[in-house]
Amino acid sequence: MTDVSAPANPPFRLNMLIYDRRYRSMTFQVIVFILVMALGWWLINNTIQNLRALGKDFDFGFLFQRAGYDIPQTPIPYTSDDTHLRAAIVGLLNTIIVSVLGCVAATILGVGVGVARLSNNWLFARLMTIYVEMFRNIPLLLWILIIYALFTEIMPAPNAYRGENPAWSKILFDNVALTNRYTAIPGLGMTNDPGSLDLGARVTISWATIAFAAALIAGWFLRRAILAWAQVTQDRTGRRPTTWWINLGVMVVPSLLLIWFFGLHLLPPELKGFNFTGGLNVQNALVALWLALTLYTGAFIAEIVRAGILAVNKGQSEAAFALGLRPNRTMNLVILPQALRVIIPPLISQYLNLMKNSSLAIAVGYMDLRGTLGGTTLNQTGRELESILLMMLIYLLLSLIISAGMNVFNSRVKLKER
Amino acid sequence: MSEMHAETVPFVRETMLPPAPPPIREAGAVRWLRQNLFSGPVNTILTLLGIAIIWFIVSHFWPWFAHSVWRADSLAQCREIIARTWGEGASGACFAVIRERWHQYMFGFYPPELYWRPLLAFGLLMVALAPILFSESRIIRRIVLIVSATATLILALALGIPTPALILAATAMIGAIAVAERQPTRLLIFSALYPFLGVWLLWGGSLWGPLMVLASFGLGALAWVVVARLLPLLAAAAAIIVALVWWIGFAGRAAEDLQNLLPLAITPVASDQFGGFLLAITIGIAGIALSLPMGIMLALARRSDMFLVKSLSVMFIEFIRGVPLISLLFVASLLLNYFLPPGTNFDIILRVIIMVTLFAAAYMAEVIRGGLAALPKGQYEAADALGLDYWKAQRLIILPQALKISIPGIVSTFIGMFKDTTLVTFVGLFDPLKGISDFVRANFAWKGIYWEPFIFVGAIFFIICFSMSRYSMFLERRLARDHR
Repeated sequence: MTDVSAPANPPFRLNMLIYDRRYRSMTFQVIVFILVMALGWWLINNTIQNLRALGKDFDFGFLFQRAGYDIPQTPIPYTSDDTHLRAAIVGLLNTIIVSVLGCVAATILGVGVGVARLSNNWLFARLMTIYVEMFRNIPLLLWILIIYALFTEIMPAPNAYRGENPAWSKILFDNVALTNRYTAIPGLGMTNDPGSLDLGARVTISWATIAFAAALIAGWFLRRAILAWAQVTQDRTGRRPTTWWINLGVMVVPSLLLIWFFGLHLLPPELKGFNFTGGLNVQNALVALWLALTLYTGAFIAEIVRAGILAVNKGQSEAAFALGLRPNRTMNLVILPQALRVIIPPLISQYLNLMKNSSLAIAVGYMDLRGTLGGTTLNQTGRELESILLMMLIYLLLSLIISAGMNVFNSRVKLKER
Repeated sequence: MSEMHAETVPFVRETMLPPAPPPIREAGAVRWLRQNLFSGPVNTILTLLGIAIIWFIVSHFWPWFAHSVWRADSLAQCREIIARTWGEGASGACFAVIRERWHQYMFGFYPPELYWRPLLAFGLLMVALAPILFSESRIIRRIVLIVSATATLILALALGIPTPALILAATAMIGAIAVAERQPTRLLIFSALYPFLGVWLLWGGSLWGPLMVLASFGLGALAWVVVARLLPLLAAAAAIIVALVWWIGFAGRAAEDLQNLLPLAITPVASDQFGGFLLAITIGIAGIALSLPMGIMLALARRSDMFLVKSLSVMFIEFIRGVPLISLLFVASLLLNYFLPPGTNFDIILRVIIMVTLFAAAYMAEVIRGGLAALPKGQYEAADALGLDYWKAQRLIILPQALKISIPGIVSTFIGMFKDTTLVTFVGLFDPLKGISDFVRANFAWKGIYWEPFIFVGAIFFIICFSMSRYSMFLERRLARDHR
């Protein structure tokens, strides 16, 4: 009989670092580590030498100097006397505004088109297919430029709205005026203004906004409580109480009361002098960028939604019907949860893409983060290293925040595998 | 019993009647219309809406399109012709701008007498790609090869190719077709040599430069073979080190010496003369060719057991995917000079290609990782059970299947990258969409012309991207091995 037990600890030899699988990965990682460190040191060393040769330093102090340039559209108060930091924050807010507006509109459009492509209406499905293929196969930059050119070349100067028989008239019940520089939309006015909460740094937030947000959040929680009560009642008695009108009530009634209380009304834009006043004049750069991002991303979302719906087996809805569920409950309880599982992860990356694509604002001169921090500030201060690194860091943080938030949502809707 | 029954039935028809035609509402076009367009109120509304949309678009664009002018010297002249022909106030397209400036949209500021070089590079690319793209279908490969070869030669002749170059190109193409007929796999050698030939044709200069870079690959391979006999595990490291040492240390000097010894140079063309679709396609193809292998390596690294390798890969991928491409292009144009040794200044197109490649590779890595994750675990276990080592298992078992699964994602990454090549306009290169169009509009004759260039450039992008997506569908069908 031979002794089959292997020797417990063979003496360590140097070539085991390569030939023994236990040590090989360690050896490899050490080599990689050394190489990466060397590369990092090389890059940093080069940067230091180059900066020294140019007589520059690595300093973010420029952020606190006077910016000295104007930004056409500022969500928070800003003048050219403010710092570069505040200009960057204004740019960041502009990026967030166009991204959020774009995500919302693209989702609505994408879901609509995705469903329409599956409709059994031959003509409409074909039309939607043409839309999707047009937008998916042509660069976004082209769409941004086309839509911007549509506004600047075809829309009239505000003057065209003047007089008894104007050449152009306002659309949407006399509320929106399209001009070649801006789109005039109605503003919101309050007869009973509750004042504003001062957050410091000249940023204020109206109490009315806070009240509406609080009402909506409270309504949301009430709705959840009512649904839980309905579930409990159903479990106990076997009958599900009708809840849709209570739910609608708790979501809508407080807001309606607040509207009545604050006397909220629309202020339609009026032509005074050479420009529209009274409402909000939204720069065409923002409108064109928003429209282009919406149409472009909407085409991608439509494909995602279509794939998600097609991914749910037909047997699932048939089984739900066999159980006696009505079509809308089949949709809510059976099809949507399964389709969402397929839809949400690629949808997240479309939102991220939209946020990153909003940096194409450079093509229309919309002052987003790239336009302020990575554009005018960079050119004025000559701090390209600091500006671009900071800009990339902020974009990275935004991406990480969006994907973290959406991942939480995803983990809630995804199928729980046991 | 049955007879009884037969007697009780008073009448049985003994001949079949010819089937009656369905009612007119249930047959032919009417039935199709009822089923597909007017099956209910919602559908009817949608149909009417669709017709309204089509009518709106056609009624606005058709007159403009039908009045298009193809021969004019300026926008003003275009408008004059339209007003004369179709009456005052008629709108019309002025495609004369495309007719006059097509060469700038295609080649940018490339010297006109050398237009045949990019064309030849593109034609040879088709020949080099045919064995890869259509490896299994002999007929399609034959058609693609012959059509692209003849088209290239005829067009090159039209663009004024010098006779020696024409003869060389024709010989090369006929040779390639002959090889493809007998042994298609041999043509892969040409595919591997193509990058060096393509770079030489596009940028010109001495042939020895690309040859010496090629030599570094050759030396690396030689080192691999030699060291693999002695120390198999160090072969890869040795090959990389030898290739790098040769490339950085000796290639440049050797190319100069050989050039002095035997001049083999054609007119050099600088990178700032590139533009239009030449630029977009150069960046796009270089990015596609480089990002796929890099994406595969990143995906494998991200799935690796080694903590350090995995976290480096994750950091790289998430960083690249978290920032816009524009910011990376700014890094290429503004910051790369900071990161490299003082005095280094290399080509802007090369820098852009590097950044676009890194960008696409991170997306590619995620697509391929999806493919790797979708592969059943049994495949990995089977590879282990066969006793294959890591690289053999990846090469022979895992990657062929994983890449097949990820084809749609890979191709959409390619399409996205090709579309993104238009962004190079923001670092001062002349892409067809904005760079060249702005340049054309800067001329007084074409000031204020918007739609015609947009339509022209958009149509070309659409054709290229759409055929790429159709090709991916074709490839998917061809590679489908299951569920038939």
